Amino acid sequence: MVSAVFHHPAASPRPEGSIERLNDTPAIKEAMPPAAALTRAAPAALRPARDWSVLWLTVLPPVLGLALLVGIWGLATAGSGSSIPTPAATFAAAVKLFADPFYSNGPNDQGIGWNVLYSLQRVAIGFGLAAAVGIPLGFIVGRFDFIGRMVSPLISLLKPVSPLAWLPIGLLVFKSANPAAIWTIFICSIWPMVVNTAVGVQRVPVDYLNVARVLNLSEWKVITRILFPAVLPYMLTGVRLSVGTAWLVIVAAEMLTGGVGIGFWVWDEWNNLNVQHIIIAIFVIGIVGLALEQLLMAIARRFSWED
Amino acid sequence: MNHFIDIQGAEMVFASRKGRFHALRDIHLQVEQGEFVTLIGHSGCGKSTLLNLIAGLTQPTAGVLLCDNREIAAPGPERAVVFQNHSLLPWLTCFDNVLLAVERVFAATESRAQLKARTEAALQLVGMGHALHKRPHEISGGMKQRVGIARALAMEPKVLLMDEPFGALDALTRARLQDELLKIVARTRSTVVMVTHDVDEAVLLSDRIVMMTNGPAATIGQVLTVDIPRPRNRVALAEDPLYVHCRKEVLDFLYTRQGHVETLTA
Repeated sequence: MVSAVFHHPAASPRPEGSIERLNDTPAIKEAMPPAAALTRAAPAALRPARDWSVLWLTVLPPVLGLALLVGIWGLATAGSGSSIPTPAATFAAAVKLFADPFYSNGPNDQGIGWNVLYSLQRVAIGFGLAAAVGIPLGFIVGRFDFIGRMVSPLISLLKPVSPLAWLPIGLLVFKSANPAAIWTIFICSIWPMVVNTAVGVQRVPVDYLNVARVLNLSEWKVITRILFPAVLPYMLTGVRLSVGTAWLVIVAAEMLTGGVGIGFWVWDEWNNLNVQHIIIAIFVIGIVGLALEQLLMAIARRFSWED
Repeated sequence: MNHFIDIQGAEMVFASRKGRFHALRDIHLQVEQGEFVTLIGHSGCGKSTLLNLIAGLTQPTAGVLLCDNREIAAPGPERAVVFQNHSLLPWLTCFDNVLLAVERVFAATESRAQLKARTEAALQLVGMGHALHKRPHEISGGMKQRVGIARALAMEPKVLLMDEPFGALDALTRARLQDELLKIVARTRSTVVMVTHDVDEAVLLSDRIVMMTNGPAATIGQVLTVDIPRPRNRVALAEDPLYVHCRKEVLDFLYTRQGHVETLTA
C-alpha cells in the first residue's frame, strides 16, 4: 500500500522483475486517488474503525457485567419491605460518605478513608514482613534439596489453616489486637511466596546453570545475573497471590480485633444496622483488592522476560 | 608425547533410580592444538556425554582427561561450550550475554572500554554487530546460535566445545553458519571438538571424524582423517572424490556397521 503510494507509476519506472511490481498492477493504480490525497485519507479512514472495535471489546463487556449486577440487585430489592437497600439508596449514601472520607470523631468514629488506610497499613506491615522472611526462605527451600524435603511437609500442613485460627495465638503472644492482626496477615500471606519462590528456584533451567559453570561465575554473579532474574517471575506470582490473601484476611481479622480498619468498620455498621454502608464497604474492599492486584501485575509485566 | 587434549581410558557410568547405566567405556582420544575434531554417532551413543566430560560439566567414573597437561576437574572458561539450544540468558541483551563471559575472563586485566570493545568485536565476528542491544527473543534461532558462538569465542578459549550447535536450525541457515564457522576457525586457529549427527557437516568441517559405536557402553569405533585441503568450499567439494570417499566411510560406519543395533534398541 505504502510503496504503491510513494512510487507513483509515472514518476518512477522500476526494472522488470522487481518484486514490488506485483503491487502495481494497472487496475490498482487507476483506482487510486493521487498520492497526497491518499496518504492523508487512508489513516483517517482506517483508524477510527479499529479504535471502535477495540473499545467495543475492552470497555463494553465489563460495563455490561457491572450493569447486570446492579440490575439484578435492583430487581431483588425492588419490592417493598426488603431489608437490603436499593442501588439508588446505596448510591446516595455513598455520595454522602465519600463527601468527607477523612473526618475523625474519636477512635470509634472515623471516615472511611482512614479505615481503608489503617487496613492497608496493617497489610503493608504484615505482608512486608512475610516477604522479607518468605522470599529468602523460598530461595533456601528451592536451592537445598534437604531443607526442601524438611520444610515442605510443614508448609503443606500449615498452608490450609484458616487465618482466624492463627488470631488467638497472636493475641496470646502479643497481648494486643493490632500486632495480632498483623501476625495473622504475616502467617497467611507467607506461604504463596515461599512456595512460588522455591518452585522458581527449582525450575531454573539447567542450561543457564551450566552456562554459569562453564563461565565459572562467582556465587554473587550467579545469584544476581542468573538465579534472581530467572526466579523473579515466579516470585512475583507468589507476591501477587500473597497480597490477595493478605487483603482477604485483614477484613476478617479486624472484625474480631476491632480498632480502626475497614473490617472493623463493616462490623460497626452492622451493629448500627446501616446495611447501605456495609454494601459500600464490600465495593470498597473489592476495588482496593483489584487495585492492589493490578499494581502488582504491572510490576510483574515490567520484570517478565520472554524466552 | 604431549597432546593438547588427552583422554585416557575414560569410563562413564550413570547411577540413576532405575539402576546403573554404562554410557561410555574405554575412551582413548587425543586432540592436537588447532585441530577440528567432530564426534559422530547415533543418538544415545554418548557423544554429548563425552563432550561434557571434556567440558568438565561431568566427571568420569574412571580414567583421566587432560587439557594442556592439566587434569580437567571442573568447567572453566578456557574450555568454552556452545550449547545445543544456545542457552542465552533471556533477560540480557546479546551484548550483555557476551559481556558476561568477557568480564569473567578479562575484567581483572583490562579496562571497561576494552571489555566492551572485545564484546563488540566478538559479535561483529559472527555477523551480529547490528543486533547488539536486542534480547534473545527478538532474534531468530540462527542468530541466537551465532551469539552463543560469539560468547564462546569472546573468552578466547583454548578449546571450543560445540554440542550440535546447528542441530536445531534449518538446512540453509545451518550451511551458512558452517561456512562462517570455517572462516572463523581458520582466522582464530581454535581447537574445536564438535558433536554432530550430520555426516556432511562432519566431513566439511573436520580434520578428524571420531565415530562412536552405539550405546550402552559406547566407545570409539573408528577415527577417520579428512585430508581435504583448506579452505574448503561446499559446492566444489560436492564432486571431490576425496570428499565423496570420506562421506562414504562415515555413512558405511553409521549405517552398515552400527545400524543394526539401532533397530534392536528402537
